Amino acid sequence: MSAAAARGPLVHRISSALYLHPRLFLLLLLAPPLIWLGIIYLGSLFALLLQSFFYIDDFSGNIIREFSMATYGQLLTIANADVFIRTATMAAAVTIAAALIAFPIAYYMVRHASMRMKALLYLAVMLPLWSSYLVRVYAWKLILAKEGIVPWFAQQLHLTWLLDAALSIPVIGGPSLSTSYIGSFLVFLYIWLPFMILPIVAALERVPASLTEASADLGATPRETFRKVILPLAFPGVVAGSIFTFSLTLGDYIIPGIIGNSRPFIGQAVYQLQGTAGNIPLAAAFTVVPVVIMAIYLLVARRYGAFDAL
Amino acid sequence: MQQKKTAVCFDGVARHFGEVHAVDNVSFEIGDGEFFSMLGPSGSGKTTCLRLIAGFEQPDAGHIAVHGVNVDGVPPYERDVNTVFQDYALFPHMTVSENVEYGLMIRKVAPGERRRQSREMLALVKLEALGDRKPNQLSGGQRQRVALARALINRPGVLLLDEPLGALDLKLREQMQEELKSLQRQVGITFVYVTHDQNEALAMSDRLAVFNHGRIEQIGAPADIYEHPATAFVAGFVGVSNICEGGLAQRLSGNPQPFAIRPEKITMTAANEPVPDGWFSVAGRVRAVTYHGATTRYAVALDGGGELAVMRQNNSGGRPAAAAGETVRLTWPRNLNQLLGGPA
Repeated sequence: MSAAAARGPLVHRISSALYLHPRLFLLLLLAPPLIWLGIIYLGSLFALLLQSFFYIDDFSGNIIREFSMATYGQLLTIANADVFIRTATMAAAVTIAAALIAFPIAYYMVRHASMRMKALLYLAVMLPLWSSYLVRVYAWKLILAKEGIVPWFAQQLHLTWLLDAALSIPVIGGPSLSTSYIGSFLVFLYIWLPFMILPIVAALERVPASLTEASADLGATPRETFRKVILPLAFPGVVAGSIFTFSLTLGDYIIPGIIGNSRPFIGQAVYQLQGTAGNIPLAAAFTVVPVVIMAIYLLVARRYGAFDAL
Repeated sequence: MQQKKTAVCFDGVARHFGEVHAVDNVSFEIGDGEFFSMLGPSGSGKTTCLRLIAGFEQPDAGHIAVHGVNVDGVPPYERDVNTVFQDYALFPHMTVSENVEYGLMIRKVAPGERRRQSREMLALVKLEALGDRKPNQLSGGQRQRVALARALINRPGVLLLDEPLGALDLKLREQMQEELKSLQRQVGITFVYVTHDQNEALAMSDRLAVFNHGRIEQIGAPADIYEHPATAFVAGFVGVSNICEGGLAQRLSGNPQPFAIRPEKITMTAANEPVPDGWFSVAGRVRAVTYHGATTRYAVALDGGGELAVMRQNNSGGRPAAAAGETVRLTWPRNLNQLLGGPA
């Protein structure tokens, strides 16, 4: 056999050699992505981490390339803590709301929708991802603006008082939806919702319908079945989705720049520090914060058994 | 089997899925403590009947009663029946013990009592050592036993089994057949067993119903069904039969009514042997010989058209009684002809 292969054309000889040496084949296959991941992906993260330990000389404004905790000292001031709390609270609120909205949609798609309906819903979930993110955010600015679509609708339905009541809530309210936290929350929720729906759909697809029947068969009411069987098994999907919604909200600087009041989120702080202020070390230190928050989040999720059913 | 009490009663039950009549005006009764099988090809309505008893489906017409109580509109979680699912449907995020205790946990039995009963149940199905495993760490046969324990721990009035042995290999299946049967005698619960395997149904059941196209073709004890099939479908589906119709029936028996004759009831002799009184007889030529280990099967082309299958025990050495191409005479007693009702 090998003799026959050796006599064949070069391509055959190469494929035979690779077939007989699967490790070599695997190495060749993985080399390009590993090089990419190692140098460009992890390399930039490492550079980021490194830069966060440099500091700015107050007199000259030059970056001093020496190890120091000075930048982290600067990071942990009250003013900056405000930015973290604001961003993390928004990320948490968006994540919880996304999970609450996404779960019923995902459940309907997996358990009840016909093939046709399911395809339509997939399309509806994916369609916004095909158009420009910026265009969609600006579209929302028009929808939410003081003279925009939502206030107009509220007026037509004689619900302006409700809108005003919502906008008069301290902290999250504001002069109009497009300049309040409510507005940024709505747009964050809209933009990241597909990233919550799709993982939950994937998780629910892996729960056979017979498990629901078995639970009912053993005496569990639908409510108990949901709590004891469906939710625990779909929870890894919710966690996967929340990793997207939470970290994407933590890092975004465009939405709060266009919609919301002018108080900065982490992403905007990073943008200003490395651009206008030229304080690369502090910008890097700011960027480390979402990474740390996500690491803590994942550890807590694991502690609560979110990955047990994987 | 005394049938003073009725465990399950179907009265004119129908279930349609769009144009498909999955169950079509079916009426029957299952006695208390009976091992009752529902046998039929896939799509014959047997599984739908099981799901109707469990409450996963509701009948479009007719009524179902379990232990004399009408269960129309009663959801599965309020019925005194439990199911062993075809894919076992074990909860993957729970241990074996937690799976078995699930029904008791739902009924808020105290944890200590739960543990005690589940240990007892796992001992009954010989899995006492595996309580802390997860289902994905078990073999197919072990999962099957867990599913059984999880259902039986609730002491249901009726236990429903949906092709529970279908995924097991032959040796294990035969072993589990015996264990299931003895378990049923031990616990005394009515078993309703769905299968497409006629051997399984014959070996295990007190009575069985043969389903075809959403209707019951025949109900009876295994020997009844095998020896006296009522229709051509039953004769062909349960075991192997030669079904003779029309001209062939007329030629062989002198009567055009279709009949069935089992291959093992036909005696094959040399062409010139005398025919006993009261026996049918027909001459033919062996077309094919197939060796099956315990038996050998002969396909005999009859003189004047038609073909009969003949089966012989291989109890006289490995040599076939006739070789392909040989002329033979087939004979069988008249009273073994099974006259058949409606067409298949």
